[in-house]
Amino acid sequence: MKRIGVFVCHCGSNIANTVHCEKVAQVAKDFPGVVLSTDYKYMCSEPGQVMIQEAIREHNLDGYVVAACSPRMHEPTFRKCAARAGMNPYMVEQVNIREQCSWVHADKEKGTEKSIDLLRMGVAKVVKNEPLYSTTIPVTKRSLVIGGGIAGIQAALDIANAGYPVTLLDREHTIGGRMAQVDKTFPTLDCSACILTPKMVEAAQHPNIELMTYAEVEAVDGFVGNFDVTIRKKARYVDFDKCTGCGACTEKCPKKVPSEFEMELGVRKAIYTPFPQAVPNKPIIDANHCRYLLDGKCGICKKVCPTGAVDYEQKDELIMERFGAIVVATGFEQFDISAYEEYGAGKIPDVITGLHLERLMNASGPTAGKIKRPSDGKVPEKIVFVKCVGSRDEAKGRPYCSKACCMYVAKHATLLKEKMPNSKSYIFYMDVRTPGKNYEEFYARTQNEYDAQYIRGRVSKIFQVGDKLIVRGEDSLLGRPVEIEADLVVLAAGMDPRSDAKDLARTLGISYDQHGWFTEAHPKLQPVETHTAGIYLAGACQGPKDIPDSVAQASAAAVKAAGLLSKPELTSEAMTALCDEAICSGCGLCQSICPYKSIEIKSVNERYHGQMRQRRVSNVNQGLCQGCGACTVACPSGAMNLKGFTNDQILAEVDALCQR
Amino acid sequence: MSAVDNPKQPAKEWEPNIVGFACNWCTYAGADLAGLSRMQYPPNVKLVRVPCSGRTNPQFVLRAFQKGADAVLVAGCHPGDCHYATGNYFTRRRYLLMQRMLEFMGIDPRRFQARWISGSEAPKFRDVVTQMTEEIKALGPNRKLREEI
Repeated sequence: MKRIGVFVCHCGSNIANTVHCEKVAQVAKDFPGVVLSTDYKYMCSEPGQVMIQEAIREHNLDGYVVAACSPRMHEPTFRKCAARAGMNPYMVEQVNIREQCSWVHADKEKGTEKSIDLLRMGVAKVVKNEPLYSTTIPVTKRSLVIGGGIAGIQAALDIANAGYPVTLLDREHTIGGRMAQVDKTFPTLDCSACILTPKMVEAAQHPNIELMTYAEVEAVDGFVGNFDVTIRKKARYVDFDKCTGCGACTEKCPKKVPSEFEMELGVRKAIYTPFPQAVPNKPIIDANHCRYLLDGKCGICKKVCPTGAVDYEQKDELIMERFGAIVVATGFEQFDISAYEEYGAGKIPDVITGLHLERLMNASGPTAGKIKRPSDGKVPEKIVFVKCVGSRDEAKGRPYCSKACCMYVAKHATLLKEKMPNSKSYIFYMDVRTPGKNYEEFYARTQNEYDAQYIRGRVSKIFQVGDKLIVRGEDSLLGRPVEIEADLVVLAAGMDPRSDAKDLARTLGISYDQHGWFTEAHPKLQPVETHTAGIYLAGACQGPKDIPDSVAQASAAAVKAAGLLSKPELTSEAMTALCDEAICSGCGLCQSICPYKSIEIKSVNERYHGQMRQRRVSNVNQGLCQGCGACTVACPSGAMNLKGFTNDQILAEVDALCQR
Repeated sequence: MSAVDNPKQPAKEWEPNIVGFACNWCTYAGADLAGLSRMQYPPNVKLVRVPCSGRTNPQFVLRAFQKGADAVLVAGCHPGDCHYATGNYFTRRRYLLMQRMLEFMGIDPRRFQARWISGSEAPKFRDVVTQMTEEIKALGPNRKLREEI
């Protein structure tokens, strides 16, 4: 039997007023295992702790229970106190007789009785405590940033500036992301490219940043401090070491393809760079459209290339690298408007989205910055905006607000008026939400100085009559129907998570919400961490965000990542799950319930009736396990146990509480 | 000596004994907040601290009834707020099955309850404890599953 000490704290009068502390200590003397039981005015004070430490040495205690405030308050104090006296810190249990007893029960008799019950529970548990040890894990001092949009670029720059190597990965063949498609940015109307491209170049030239474009994460193994990431470098069919980016191949390529970057309003070639300021600024071949790769005829690009960089034989390459921390910044997709059939979306060419308009307004866009209708190239005069398309719409499965649309519509209306003073913008809205610095002022200017007409109400139908678009809706402030003959309709499409965000979440072992946005560890206090230690979130992949928010969150994620990388080694949680291999049947139920992917099935060799045989058993990665204990309940054979909260310990507590 | 044997001494009123399993992050914190706010509630529910409500093995519940508990409360974070992402979803499923199984075994479903109480919901903690104590008082001692001592 272990030698247990009991220390009952008065907490001044906080406990002593409604609990007979001396009596509690007296009764505890008879609990099994207790060799010493005493009370004191302030256990957490220096003299109180010295008293405990002396008692540990004098009575040769194996463990102790302190009946005091909540363990959420002083458990670390009493653990450290034990460690100073040479006792394993996990041989301490704290019983809560303040927050959950003396402060909530005025009746001193009842309070004393409950304190005794709780203390009996604590003693029953501590008798079954075992010394626990945390292990240390080395940290690989490199970081991976997935996604090269503004959030990813910012995070990479910040980590790199903190002195740690970063690999910035983008599945597209240039970094820049959505922001590169945007013409101007609210609320200052800076040209997007003018503020983004210097950052892109800075990232590309930073000595601590390795750019890895046209590459995707294939698999992630390992855990915090040591993620083994398999990356697929997709075949570009152009040798970037030889290519000078002269552009001769793009010029001569005979195949024209609608440009994704231009929202299919313009064309690109099959060998192309998506936009002039792309980083890296070298072309790749789109294998789905290249005539040579599809049917072996053509090969012009290879003939015209002065450096012999075109290589049709290139294959995808898989590489494996180890990183200490991962920042996920994969961004969003624009909501697919074709779900709104009543607006003719996807059928009427002049019903476009916000991103389409960005490209039409952009000086390097398909129309060189002239606003022309996609259908006939006419310059529109009356433009109708419809807000909350794919946002705040339960019927379309998008109950959330996309946050940026109110402001980008105000920006569009302002810019249209500047470009075409004779034009008029009508904006259908549900609410105007402008909670950002200088946002409300910008919105007010759009209305007052740029003559945009805001109409509160939903649009019910949009249809074509001749070359006009009839927009039918309701003005809910005047309570009457409105009809506008428009030349162009812009649907302020909201943000959707990336369609393959869930796949990436599964690969990384992070969680996502019902829509597919990645979930942060805590909505308020851990907004950039994920539930998986060492993986952080930046930008719109976590939820709709505008540029300032994305940049701020990216820097926050970078600080977290750099903070992790700055540690010489990590201390793992001591209270983790442990599998008793002798009784584990290898069924794998624990593996599927574990939210941290910390359980793997391994093979063990053992002697069985004189012969060697292999058996499958669960193995808990101590670096990944966070100690929730879900696996212990799923385990049908009781092989899984949670250190510090073992089945035996909890059953002993239950027994003690029921024994009165 | 029971009250029946000694009619001169007034019978001490029977008090139910309720075992509560509280997750460390939400309900245990909510109970602490109730203390900090000096809320008053009956002392019948005693909390066993577990890291997550999902750590509560049905075996613990059976053991409590077997050893003489009159009711069992399992409490954790609200669905969607689990500190460990998914633990309380498993609790919820287990609780529904467990309650039906206990009912089948003759235990009133009111004797086994699951509640979602966040770290800020001290009033809810007080109300749950008070209400449950009153309910169980009305139901009387639990006799089912109980080991005769």
